[in-house]
Amino acid sequence: MNAQDAINFVHEQFNSKKEYPAFRPGDNIAVSYKIIEGSKVRIQVFRGDVIQINGEGATKTFTVRKKSNGVGVERIFPYASPNIDEIKVLKFGKVRRAKLYYLRNAIGKKGRIKERKLFTAN
Amino acid sequence: MTSVFTEDGNQVACTLIEAGPCVVTQVKNEEADGYYALQLGFGEAKPKNTSQQMAGHFEKAGTSPKRKLIEFRDCDLDKSIGDTVTVEDVFAEGDIVHAIGKTKGKGFQGVVKRYNFRGVGDATHGQHNRQRAPGSIGQASYPAQVRKGMRMGGRMGGTRVKVKNLKIVKVYPEKNLLVVSGAIPGHKGSTIIIEKKY
Repeated sequence: MNAQDAINFVHEQFNSKKEYPAFRPGDNIAVSYKIIEGSKVRIQVFRGDVIQINGEGATKTFTVRKKSNGVGVERIFPYASPNIDEIKVLKFGKVRRAKLYYLRNAIGKKGRIKERKLFTAN
Repeated sequence: MTSVFTEDGNQVACTLIEAGPCVVTQVKNEEADGYYALQLGFGEAKPKNTSQQMAGHFEKAGTSPKRKLIEFRDCDLDKSIGDTVTVEDVFAEGDIVHAIGKTKGKGFQGVVKRYNFRGVGDATHGQHNRQRAPGSIGQASYPAQVRKGMRMGGRMGGTRVKVKNLKIVKVYPEKNLLVVSGAIPGHKGSTIIIEKKY
């Protein structure tokens, strides 16, 4: 068997078949993440801007960046993680690149993302 | 390699191995050979690339010519000549296995990459072109020679290596696939031996 076929087959078997709303870099999202403490499961929400989407298939990840008490915090989530409970898209951002690494050094107005207006039927 | 998530949410880096189906091409026994072993054949070989001697060997087992023949000594599988050995005959989920294979050839490498020497670690203080040098390789007029076995630059990789204690994450008998946690020696598509740990 072809190596890529084998990888695709295994990914198919492990696929959690969860559907999340579509989002892209620059969007503001809230990720509800399950945290397992012993036997208890707690849900924590991580809210921030998506600064990159990386990879493909079962190893695809996205990075969410937020400011917490003035300190930038980034967290990488695998799409396929069974610990992601829910993703909510809160704001659509208007950005001109796929990887928003410039936000790490941007201060003040430069560090803000403009909102993308969505066209509606009327 | 790829990665999968276990049920408890942990991500495991794993390697996919096409394990079998193998054919028993010879059963060695105590009387004739002095020891007991199973010889397994794996992978199809072209008949035109198979020597007549080997063609006869395969004919005895009643199979098509195989690419690789490997002997498993004191193998406890209850199989006779010409039988097929599949993944599920040997391996199950959760088993611990060892992988034996030939590592990727790295070419001529210096001591820093080959033996994890630390190099000089300083670009100034009198250093010139010596960042990755091995340093002293011996003493003075006694013994007036470099001792045998002194670690120096040279060919690296391309050697037989056994990686121990890999865990089987999943077995897919219908595709002859093994999903094993961790890395195994060799490049993509290379042939390896998987041993079960008891």
